[in-house]
Amino acid sequence: MTEAAIAVARSTPLPPWQLKLRRLFRHNGFLIGIAIFSTVLLATLAGLFGLAGDPLKINYTSRLVGPSEDFFFGTDNYGRSIFTRVIDGAHLSMLIGLSVVGITAISGTLVGASAGYFPKLDGLIMRCMDALMAFPPLMLAIAIAAALGTGLTNLIIALAITYTPRTGRIVRSAVLGIRSAEYVESARLSGAGHLRIILRHILPNCLAPLLVDLTFVFAYAILAEAALSFLGVGPPPPTPTWGNIIAEGRDYMVDAPWISVFPGLVIAFTVLGLNLLGDGLRDVLDPRLVKN
Amino acid sequence: MLDVIVRRLCSAIPVLLGVSLVTFGLIHVIPGDAAVVIAGPDASSEQVESIRAVLGLDKPLHVQFGLWFWNLFQGDLGDSFMLGRSVAQAIQERLPTTLLLTTYSILLTIPFGIAAGLIAAYRQNSWVDTFVMTIALVGVSVPSFWLSVMAVLLFSVTLGWFPTSGYIPPSEDLLGCLRSLTLPAVSLAVFQIGLLARMTRATTLEVLRQDYVRTARAKGVSEWRAVGKHALANVMIPVVTVIGLLVSVALAGAVVIEQIFVLPGLGQLVVQGILRRDYPVIQGSLLAVAVLLVLINLIVDLLYAYLDPRLRND
Repeated sequence: MTEAAIAVARSTPLPPWQLKLRRLFRHNGFLIGIAIFSTVLLATLAGLFGLAGDPLKINYTSRLVGPSEDFFFGTDNYGRSIFTRVIDGAHLSMLIGLSVVGITAISGTLVGASAGYFPKLDGLIMRCMDALMAFPPLMLAIAIAAALGTGLTNLIIALAITYTPRTGRIVRSAVLGIRSAEYVESARLSGAGHLRIILRHILPNCLAPLLVDLTFVFAYAILAEAALSFLGVGPPPPTPTWGNIIAEGRDYMVDAPWISVFPGLVIAFTVLGLNLLGDGLRDVLDPRLVKN
Repeated sequence: MLDVIVRRLCSAIPVLLGVSLVTFGLIHVIPGDAAVVIAGPDASSEQVESIRAVLGLDKPLHVQFGLWFWNLFQGDLGDSFMLGRSVAQAIQERLPTTLLLTTYSILLTIPFGIAAGLIAAYRQNSWVDTFVMTIALVGVSVPSFWLSVMAVLLFSVTLGWFPTSGYIPPSEDLLGCLRSLTLPAVSLAVFQIGLLARMTRATTLEVLRQDYVRTARAKGVSEWRAVGKHALANVMIPVVTVIGLLVSVALAGAVVIEQIFVLPGLGQLVVQGILRRDYPVIQGSLLAVAVLLVLINLIVDLLYAYLDPRLRND
């Protein structure tokens, strides 16, 4: 860039969102997170289109074969390729993660906005959330999933119920901070209704903390889904999920450790990517950190 | 201080009420006829009816609710279908193992987590910070159940340092007990250490920027005193509140870990209850764990108020 161009660039300040975007794309952790998450997404798509092969294909001539050129992650006791199964299992984890994030976003916003905006509802709603948060998250999710009956939808509902209170709390505290701001006051004085104030003036300003939180919810949901599948409360075999592949591999731990090793590494890789994304977003979007 | 204790105790009551409501409601979210679902596909109609009667599902909802609370106040959590004894008794037998496991993992977590967070914050943006925080990040990303399977493979199967599974009660052999709980506790602690290190670092960074730390440094207090005395005291306050969260995380993790290491704890009880559709057991253990957590959080809250005088009169 020439000096003149730099001068011009300096004289016209960028809008805040563009500044944030720029800082985001200079955040190393965030970039690594993006790279990891894109890789996982691409692999998921490849699995969906069957590019990695048939995850249920049984091949008795190649049982319990270690990692090789033909089978990157080795094979299990039925001669099924672990690599193919892990890639195929990705779409369930992603689907569950995304659905839980979607539902939690809506329910958490509803809960948090009504508690934060209407002081009369606050006490009741937050006591209900406290009660849900009193349970260890995974235990509550298993109990709800078990009561509803095993299955994909029920697993998603159970996880969403488990994570809603946390997200609700975060939205609530963001709403509480904005509720008495001057621009909200003036919107109220100019005759805007509650719904309009919440939707147009308050919620857009809660997006940043919500976005940060949802990234972590995604990560937790993937970990929880794996744990639940591992325990046998997830989608039943032979449908591969990351958790149930690890569980199946436990019986062959000594002779064929690769069955359990690789799916676990893939889970850790995915969750690491999401955590990096979340950390990056928080570093850039959290106003408390920006000041310093 | 006394009115703080009374106030906090009172604020725990609605939460306990909500917790018991959630556990009561659990059996009512079963789609269709709960008695049929619980009895299983091969049950005869007499078996279904007897389950309906035992669980009180034939009574109107408000009567069931009243009975549930009435029994709860008497410490009666119903009888287990699979164990042939009362749920309260089963919980009493299982609780010590889980408590021992979580305490062990928390005792491992606190020193390592706090030290890692403090070092990283004090050397912010140096290679030490990057190194420590990368490990912490990996710690919170690795599924603990997978880690424990790997730990068994390495330390039990290959090296033979620890038993692959099983539990020795401390009354029989204290050292053997610790040995049997070490791998499970470490597997649980890795995630918690990562979590605590990340939180401690964030808190410490905030405290180190405070005016009083700058003042302490400016007036020539040694670095050790400025950080060790002035800053550390204020770092510890928010960190104490995390303990409740850590116990919650540990108890959640214990559900899976106890299954892997065949430890006779509450987590195993819950999973067995779920696999055998033993709802009194599921409800009872869920309630016990939640009540335990509410009590721990209450103690932490009081400790918090004791440490930070500003919180005594709000």
